[in-house]
Amino acid sequence: MGEPATKEPLSLEELQASGNLRTGRKHVLSILVENKSGVLTRIAGLFARRGFNIDTLTVGPTDDERISRVTLTVDGALHPIDQVTKQLHKLINVLKIRDLEPADTVSRELALFKISADGPQRGELMQITEIFRGKVVDVTKRSIIVEVTGTTEKIEAFESMVRPFGLIEMMRTGEIAIARGRGET
Amino acid sequence: MRAVDAVMECLKAEGVDVVFGLPGGANLPTYDAFVDGGIRHILVRHEAGGGHAAQGYAKATGKVGVAFATSGPGATNLITPICDAMMDSVPVVFITGQVRTELLGTDGFQEADTIGITMPIVKHSFMIQNPLEIPRAIHEAFHIARSGRPGPVLVDIPQDLSRADIPYEPVSDVRLPGYQPTLEGNQKQIRQAAKALASAQRPVIYAGGGVVNANASEELIEFARSDRFPVTTTLMGLGAYPAQVDGTADPQWLGMLGMHGTRAANYAMDEADLICAVGARFDDRVTGKLSEFAPRAKFIHIDVDPAEISKNVPAHIPIVGDAKHVLAKLVVEYRALSADPARLAQWWERIEGWREKYPLGYEDSADSEIKPQYMVQALYEATGGQAIVTSDVGQHQMWAAQYYDFPAPRRWINSGGLGTMGFGLPAAMGAAVGCPDQLVCCIAGDGSVQMNAQELATCAQEQIPIKVFIMNNGYLGMVRQWQELFWDGRYSHVDTGKFPDWVKLAEAYGATGMRFEDKGTLVEDMKRAIATDGPVVVDVKVTREENTYPMIPAGQAAREMVG
Ligand SMILES: Cc1ncc(C[n+]2csc(CCOP(=O)(O)OP(=O)(O)O)c2C)c(N)n1
Ligand SMILES: [Mg+2]
Repeated sequence: MGEPATKEPLSLEELQASGNLRTGRKHVLSILVENKSGVLTRIAGLFARRGFNIDTLTVGPTDDERISRVTLTVDGALHPIDQVTKQLHKLINVLKIRDLEPADTVSRELALFKISADGPQRGELMQITEIFRGKVVDVTKRSIIVEVTGTTEKIEAFESMVRPFGLIEMMRTGEIAIARGRGET
Repeated sequence: MRAVDAVMECLKAEGVDVVFGLPGGANLPTYDAFVDGGIRHILVRHEAGGGHAAQGYAKATGKVGVAFATSGPGATNLITPICDAMMDSVPVVFITGQVRTELLGTDGFQEADTIGITMPIVKHSFMIQNPLEIPRAIHEAFHIARSGRPGPVLVDIPQDLSRADIPYEPVSDVRLPGYQPTLEGNQKQIRQAAKALASAQRPVIYAGGGVVNANASEELIEFARSDRFPVTTTLMGLGAYPAQVDGTADPQWLGMLGMHGTRAANYAMDEADLICAVGARFDDRVTGKLSEFAPRAKFIHIDVDPAEISKNVPAHIPIVGDAKHVLAKLVVEYRALSADPARLAQWWERIEGWREKYPLGYEDSADSEIKPQYMVQALYEATGGQAIVTSDVGQHQMWAAQYYDFPAPRRWINSGGLGTMGFGLPAAMGAAVGCPDQLVCCIAGDGSVQMNAQELATCAQEQIPIKVFIMNNGYLGMVRQWQELFWDGRYSHVDTGKFPDWVKLAEAYGATGMRFEDKGTLVEDMKRAIATDGPVVVDVKVTREENTYPMIPAGQAAREMVG
């Protein structure tokens, strides 16, 4: 493609269109927002209105009390990801958006599993929990509650392992993510 | 001072000279402040009229319009103007009253979740939670409304907070860390665009309302004439490039594009190899069937809103920036390349061919009957082409766009994105208040005008001298046309009959009423109406069943134009 700095005219055939990128992968967007009332509604409403689906969403404080961080995941196969981020940028209270590269990101989720555990299965359950570095946080005669932290994949793997024992209830926080290395997310 | 008095000070500091509104319980304190506030307030008869008037004011003057309403029904009556301002990027600040904070969330009398209801249709909104925030919120509202891509901003103030005693200090700095519109445009991209233009054989400039909003008409003209670039504009961009210069058609002007645009404009888009879009958003009324839109073209897309770029049509050279800045730089870059204008000779031959073969036209009546197209031409003649013209929505709107050759920007004021019937009359009222030295005419539809006819009382009381020309076909004409063309002529609820009697209604409202039915005297009659003091309403009887042509049927390609 003709370098912008030369006087050569630019042949039109060479031009590539930009935009409307469907990446086909999951995206983790880390969004810094002003901690003001209604911000989350604005973000959620924007997604709904433009036909984008949010897969997971977490909100929490940052080290600056005026600023909160929203971490959300969307499926880049279903949505042109640049449209999502451009529309988000237009919200006045949104300060910064980062589309985190999976390879350069540490992401974690916390999940609580309530599993029925009456009788001989209990031991086996304990073993699985151990392997996943889970923690038993509550025990009754007929059930246990296990806490597991890790990537989404790990949590889903644990879920499929314990499901046959009788999964009574499961709760997940949704992902939070932080960029690797010294730079800020 | 009381927070409401601070609101008045804020408005004055923002240069506001007029507010359109209507009081109620939740904004009683605000209205008390108007008594000594030193700001002109125009009492409208319906909040929607006030909202559209603020839009008309903003579009005609380029300044921020302001509309006030009370809580609940007052605020919900503003929904249509707010949405309209969002769709057409009109800078308006809406200030609504809200119930007392202790009643919030209790379904209190006249409580509506105004912030929630309007969230999808505002550029931004402020829910006041502490009276100390009020001055800053108002100033930030004005800043957001007028900068970047303009739009509506709403400030909702609970009644008790508006009565609070607060210290007022003028706020000169706005602190919006998350809002910094890009205005300048990337120089490399601009250079890239210039080079693409220099090698294009079949270029077209496609300009939209963004050029008007950015006050970039001069820059557009200079850019277009830096070579022989053909120019078309959207409905919202009309006037940004002059259709006529001193009575002769501008040679580079192709006319409006889109559903009811000219064949020359639409065919040129269809065959172009490079389209330079400026402040336009590739609306479906422009593109028709997206997959067949301008299939041979590469796109330069200049817009201040990055989210518009590549939203509908992927851009090859995206340039985020204000049209005024970017076009000024583009001209310089383009001139430096000294492209050979002769390369466009063939392209112009092709375009001239279409222009000759398919001029805009209609079959005139054989008798005294007024054809609707002629009505617009007659108004052009009676006004010397120099009026600010507002319109409602329907056939008359399209004919006004086609036949009133707008010579300058901010002369054509209509509802494009939302297509709001009843927009024209109150918008004319607002434009006339903003531009008291200019003639303001409304080309109204007989169906549409009823939707805000109550504002005639406002015009009569305030002596706002708008001239309303109702194109009376006795039909919801545009819907009738679609039923005729696409629904086998099965007319369903489109006949508006012969009521009301517009002359009587005008007189009842305190305006002058007239009725014209003869094309032979129409221009002279119109001049008489224009020369009449105060607001005038003219019932112009036109051909009942005339269709707006040419037309690209919805969802089809430009090649499919009919009529
Ligand atoms: C508020 C609103 N309701 C309905 C419509 C749908 N609509 C579009 S054009 C039109 C007909 C308008 O009739 P009129 O004002 O007489 O204009 P004409 O087409 O006859 O010139 C209608 C009903 C609309 N645009 N706005
Ligand atoms: Mg009609």
